[in-house]
Amino acid sequence: MDETPGRSRLMLTCEVNGERVATEVEARVTLLDLLRDRLRLTGTKKGCNEGACGTCTVLVDGRRMNSCLTLAVQCNGRKVTTIEGVGAAETLHPVQQAFIAHDALQCGYCTPGQILSAIACIAEGHATDPDTVREWMSGNICRCSAYPQITAAVLDAAGRMEGQGLA
Amino acid sequence: MHDFSYAAARSLEDAFAADGAASMPIAGGTELLNWLRLGIAAPERVIDLAGVAGLNAIAIDADGLSIGALATLGEVGEHPQVRAHAAALAQACLAAASPQIRNRATLGGNLLQKTRCAYFRAEAPLPWGCNKRLAGSGCAAIEGFNDRHAIFGWTEQCVAVQPSDPLVALAALEAEVTIAGAAGVRSLPVAELHLTQAEAAAEGLDPARAETRLAPGEVITGYRAPLRPGARSAYVKVRERASYEYALVSAAAVIELDAGVISRAAIALGSVAQKPWRLAEAEARLVGLAPTRDSVLPVLRGGFGEARPLSQNRYKIAMAAGAAARAIVEAAA
Repeated sequence: MDETPGRSRLMLTCEVNGERVATEVEARVTLLDLLRDRLRLTGTKKGCNEGACGTCTVLVDGRRMNSCLTLAVQCNGRKVTTIEGVGAAETLHPVQQAFIAHDALQCGYCTPGQILSAIACIAEGHATDPDTVREWMSGNICRCSAYPQITAAVLDAAGRMEGQGLA
Repeated sequence: MHDFSYAAARSLEDAFAADGAASMPIAGGTELLNWLRLGIAAPERVIDLAGVAGLNAIAIDADGLSIGALATLGEVGEHPQVRAHAAALAQACLAAASPQIRNRATLGGNLLQKTRCAYFRAEAPLPWGCNKRLAGSGCAAIEGFNDRHAIFGWTEQCVAVQPSDPLVALAALEAEVTIAGAAGVRSLPVAELHLTQAEAAAEGLDPARAETRLAPGEVITGYRAPLRPGARSAYVKVRERASYEYALVSAAAVIELDAGVISRAAIALGSVAQKPWRLAEAEARLVGLAPTRDSVLPVLRGGFGEARPLSQNRYKIAMAAGAAARAIVEAAA
């Protein structure tokens, strides 16, 4: 068994938004706390911290996951994508463009998680019609209740990405 | 979260060191991390099973369907062969949790999740009694909010239900669970993996805390389900919102039809007991009936003679019978 001597501090090597990260981390630190507190990537939000709200959603090896339900050490050797790794100020990602175009947010706290979840939802092939989008985006709660606009934005972005050969 | 150490298992034998107390196994972690936050578990060490090779395969052969314990709910739910040959299981997996949780949660861990009883899922130290959390402290639910609790198999010590969706489908499919430990490999029917509180008491175990037949150091390695020719199945989950919510009740039906009538039926109910609840007598009386709601509902309602509803959950009897009827109708469709 691979077990680091000492008590609970381990070496973690992974890739976050294309950059190599090598750091010592306690076993109990979640991916969410690693991102926010250690790497200062505060775009990923902490909402419920128990897997109920989805605002901490990130991509791990391209698949969406709740970073609050993932230990950082479970990401050893993996590639993590957060909202900071999506688009750029001048060249927004099609999902970001669609969220703006459809006014798919009010307070914005859930938006980073919604965007990451939407990117995965589209890549999985689940952005086909409003009912399917609602079901496959149901892991992301929006307390401002922008759901109709979010659904429209995801469908619009899926169409744009398909047109650009991105989906 | 309290401090603990971390070890990555490289073989199944490494996993046997996880005794479920000082050393907890972790796979997806979607359930364990919340136990650690609430103080439901306080291990000195977690043992990560993710690196154990060969435990995530999904395959169909002459003996039926086999699924490794590390297959995720998303992988099982979207697997074309599972959807084609064990529809109830695919539907149950995709009705569970959210897409992002299903990308982490494994079929092995899912069956070992604990009840959603709000008195149980509170941060330590608890301000009320819960015999599951602290032996002898009482059960706040039995005289409190118990609308989500058991109608079968409970005792005065505990009225919790087991909330897993895939468990209900696997029970109706008459799957076996494969368990490995230092003493060797064994299997048992999935429907017998969990204990009701009354069953635990009858075996001299703690009725509130003994929930499964797993021994310390044993791990679930996978499941095997026979696939009977002509069998068709469906899973129905009734909940307070359309998605991303635990069941009030659920039902899985696996039926075979001959000349338009039911020739064999297996029905399992979820969230009515601390184990999937089979309606054995009703199943026998379904044979010969047309798979329509009007035809099967009276027989299914007759299967609740042993039910002992609590002060707030009598509704579960009618709701579970109705869910089972819908599962039969959807399986036949």
